Amino acid sequence: MKSSTRLLGVLGIVVVAMLCAAGCGEKPAEPVMVPGVEPPTGPPYVIGAMFAITGDASSLGMPERDTAEMLEKMINEAGGINGRPLEIVIEDTKGEPAETLKAAKRLVEGSDVLAIVGPSRTGTTMAVIEYMEKVEVPLVSCAAGVPIVEPVKKWIFKTPQTDRMAIEKIIEYLKEKKITRIASLSDNTGFGKSGRREIAALMPAAGLKVVTLEEYGPKDTTMEIQLTKIKGTKAQAVVCWGTPPGPAIVAKNMRQLGVSIPLICSHGVANETFLKIAGEAANGAVLPAGRLIVVDQISPDDPQLSLLEDYAERYRAHTGKSPDTFGGHAWDAVELVVKALEEVGEDRAQIRDMIEKTTGFVGTGGVFNYSAEDHNGLTKDAFVMVEIVDGKWKLAK
Amino acid sequence: MRVRSKRYHQLAAAAAAAAVLPLVLPSEYAIHLAVVIGINAIVALGLNLLMGYAGQVSLGQAAFVGIGAYASAILSVKAGLSPWIGLAAGAALGGLTAAVVGGPLLKLRGHYLAMGTLGFGMIVQIVMVQWEDLTEGTIGVMGIPPFSVAGLALDSELRMYYLVAASAVLAIALAGNVIDSRVGRAMRAVHGSEVAAATSGVDTARYKLQVFIMSGAMAGFAGSLHAHHAAYVHPDSFGFHYSIQLVVMVVLGGMASIWGAVFGAGAVTLIGEQLRSFQEFSTIIFGAVLVAVMVFMPAGLWRGSADLIGRLLGSRGAGGRRRA
Amino acid sequence: MPACGGRTLYAMTLPTGAQLLQYLISGLTLGSVYGMIALGFTLIHNATGIVNFAQGEFVAFGALIALSCSEAGLPMPLAVLTAMAAMTLLGAALERAAIRPARGASVITLIIITIGASILLRGIAMWQWGPDALPMRHFSSEDPIHLGPASILRQHLWIMGIVVATMLGLWLLAERTQVGKAMRACAVDREAAQLVGIPAARMVMLSFALSGMLGGLAGSIVAPLSMGQYNMGIMLGLKGFCAAILGGIGNAPGAVLGGLLLGILESLGAGLCSGMKDAVAFGIMLMVLLVRPTGLLGRRAGRGEAVG
Repeated sequence: MKSSTRLLGVLGIVVVAMLCAAGCGEKPAEPVMVPGVEPPTGPPYVIGAMFAITGDASSLGMPERDTAEMLEKMINEAGGINGRPLEIVIEDTKGEPAETLKAAKRLVEGSDVLAIVGPSRTGTTMAVIEYMEKVEVPLVSCAAGVPIVEPVKKWIFKTPQTDRMAIEKIIEYLKEKKITRIASLSDNTGFGKSGRREIAALMPAAGLKVVTLEEYGPKDTTMEIQLTKIKGTKAQAVVCWGTPPGPAIVAKNMRQLGVSIPLICSHGVANETFLKIAGEAANGAVLPAGRLIVVDQISPDDPQLSLLEDYAERYRAHTGKSPDTFGGHAWDAVELVVKALEEVGEDRAQIRDMIEKTTGFVGTGGVFNYSAEDHNGLTKDAFVMVEIVDGKWKLAK
Repeated sequence: MRVRSKRYHQLAAAAAAAAVLPLVLPSEYAIHLAVVIGINAIVALGLNLLMGYAGQVSLGQAAFVGIGAYASAILSVKAGLSPWIGLAAGAALGGLTAAVVGGPLLKLRGHYLAMGTLGFGMIVQIVMVQWEDLTEGTIGVMGIPPFSVAGLALDSELRMYYLVAASAVLAIALAGNVIDSRVGRAMRAVHGSEVAAATSGVDTARYKLQVFIMSGAMAGFAGSLHAHHAAYVHPDSFGFHYSIQLVVMVVLGGMASIWGAVFGAGAVTLIGEQLRSFQEFSTIIFGAVLVAVMVFMPAGLWRGSADLIGRLLGSRGAGGRRRA
Repeated sequence: MPACGGRTLYAMTLPTGAQLLQYLISGLTLGSVYGMIALGFTLIHNATGIVNFAQGEFVAFGALIALSCSEAGLPMPLAVLTAMAAMTLLGAALERAAIRPARGASVITLIIITIGASILLRGIAMWQWGPDALPMRHFSSEDPIHLGPASILRQHLWIMGIVVATMLGLWLLAERTQVGKAMRACAVDREAAQLVGIPAARMVMLSFALSGMLGGLAGSIVAPLSMGQYNMGIMLGLKGFCAAILGGIGNAPGAVLGGLLLGILESLGAGLCSGMKDAVAFGIMLMVLLVRPTGLLGRRAGRGEAVG
């Protein structure tokens, strides 16, 4: 009895110590030395960022994290914000709702951040909305889902275009091509499900017939069955909603099964990975995308041109990888907060107001016009239709 | 009787420690973690009864937590009922589901039972995703209200902490009572040798089912606490990954030990916290730590550290004695 | 219960004959892969009585190594052999580093060790290969072969052929070689095998090495279809485990049979209602288990009865 009671005591102390250690967030200081520019001085402006760095959505979270780190370095090298350094505290959400809430609490309570950028997914964003509203810290999400900003929540903003805009853009395209019957094929993650919902709601309303709504799992090895079913319908196009590798497998399976109707994908495939893994099968696929991937083709007087070139070049230099749409969402979100910080300084409420008043802000995802009624700030014109030709992105006319 | 009084001493000490714990914790966040640990501990206690005492593995325990969480979320958000009704419904539905699926599932043995429970868990999660009319699918249920006691909303971490801590202490007491009871003795017999237990007149099937129902109810109860604590439920929180995590908690802490389950819940959460700053390397380190602990302390952290501490403290005294 | 299609109701459609043929082809291919993974589970189970939760990661590593080798310009057979060799070593190393030191621990403790190993391996895979999916060339041309209204890829034929060859190889190993007989003896009764001079510890290591090799092969043959990604092993491992159980754990022909059955169930489930396909597959698996509690070809009483 004695030894086990003693053990209880010792282990109890260990747990309390670990809880204490976990409760006190450490703040790594990062002095940046760059010749030529006056280095920023004084206490840093601290903002938080939380992305799905590990877990199933890490292909979103990693480029977002890299972009945020790159921006922090870039801004500090250029003299900081109003002469003060910027510090971005980054947390991992693991792509999981409860972990995201923990990350948000750490950022707000441990690091006392002025605003938070992220998270990467719709579900994880929904998980922290209640908390962010309660503690009154602005959040700029990098997730696509419509429910994040509809209805409008006072402290919640987002930068990526919604799937609703993407589907509006696709409807426009379908009408132009005189396609009236489509088959929907989506993955069963939050992203695919949200797309599916919007397809089922918007397309019939626009006079298009959705002949079937099929689903697949994001880790499935084949979509032959779903496509065989679609082949048996009178669909004139397949609208596929998911992130790689799913849509790449769909493209390949369509070749194999001789499903020769057009493949229309979501903006979730607007990255190099898709081109690389789908290979030849991707040719002919059409998708709505931000202008980032066709930066070499957009008109020279496009307001986004110089920014997109700048981002692409910096991202390549920083990571050695191709610029990434998801990273772009993080760029927009951080820049949005930084712009507000420049104007109003260290005040959460004023930062929020400032973000809401932001208009004409040129980001990677489009030109943002926020308002009290619109916490996303974009319209379907943030998208262009892109076709894949010979393994390259081509602006569709 | 000695065993029982020792249990009460430990329980009283734990309750006292839990009562003063928030006073020494440095931040709201640390209290939040304590709440999370408490909720996981309740699930782990139930699972430990099933695994450690009745010898039946479940790889689908997250499903019961999810059922409790969704029951509570849907009743309080969509039907506007009191969270307390949600809590009762969560526990009841967890237990009821366990009763319904337990009948056929518990006929399976060993790895077959593991797969059976795993399959059950997968199906429940798929239903959470697909039954959008009821569960809101992958959008999740938002705005789940906090509990309130006599008009006082348990909307701060501290207030929620006391509810969870009290529940966890109760769960520990309950588990202790079960182990000391007739059911407990029968369970240990089932674990030792099901055939021998059955031939000596123990109704093994009934006892296994009782424990399964109890673990399901405890998981459902904890799920409801989770829903009102996080104010949000999403199918991703109740998948295979969480089921595995729960089994890890039980085994890492130490099977067939009440304190082991509680410690396992704490250890998994806190190790995760310590590794956060490693970002993408955190999974590598967590995996390595898990392997190392199980290799060096195969009976779990609880007994393992008891041995270790015993050896450290005892070696001086014992050494002296040996020389004498 | 959710109607097929959630809020927007779409009637479940019955397949036509031509569609059914295609479902069968897909199901058999998928099932062959599951069967191959299930064989890996079987080998380790027979030697140790545990379920190796890192089996899925063996598959993922096999896929990633094979596609990297192929990308680096190695001819396909060499790339696959490299992946198999690397995974053989990794399997043996895992046994030596984590399983053998815990000898004597309970079955459940060993299982948790394999869970830890799977988390560790997944982390390493993400660190080495990044979070994005990677492509792999097919073994031969990607042009489909048409079978009436259905079509089949050469890769599908490769997969089915390799699984058949593997089964044959394992059968020869078990029946015709000294080592195979020793492994079988250990599977039946470890203590007795040791008494007659069979080095049981070495047999355990051998089973991990062989499982690694099978995982490497399974990853290599499926990657051209599924692409390779650091976390691909979770779902494949689960399905493989499911197949092994369905067939009766410890039984090699049962593992392949279970795999094929699971593949076809999943395929037909998707044909019926694609959103619920995994629920259909798992549901039918549960029903099979309720009728035959030790799987299709399982022994009367499975090993590892209690977890403790």
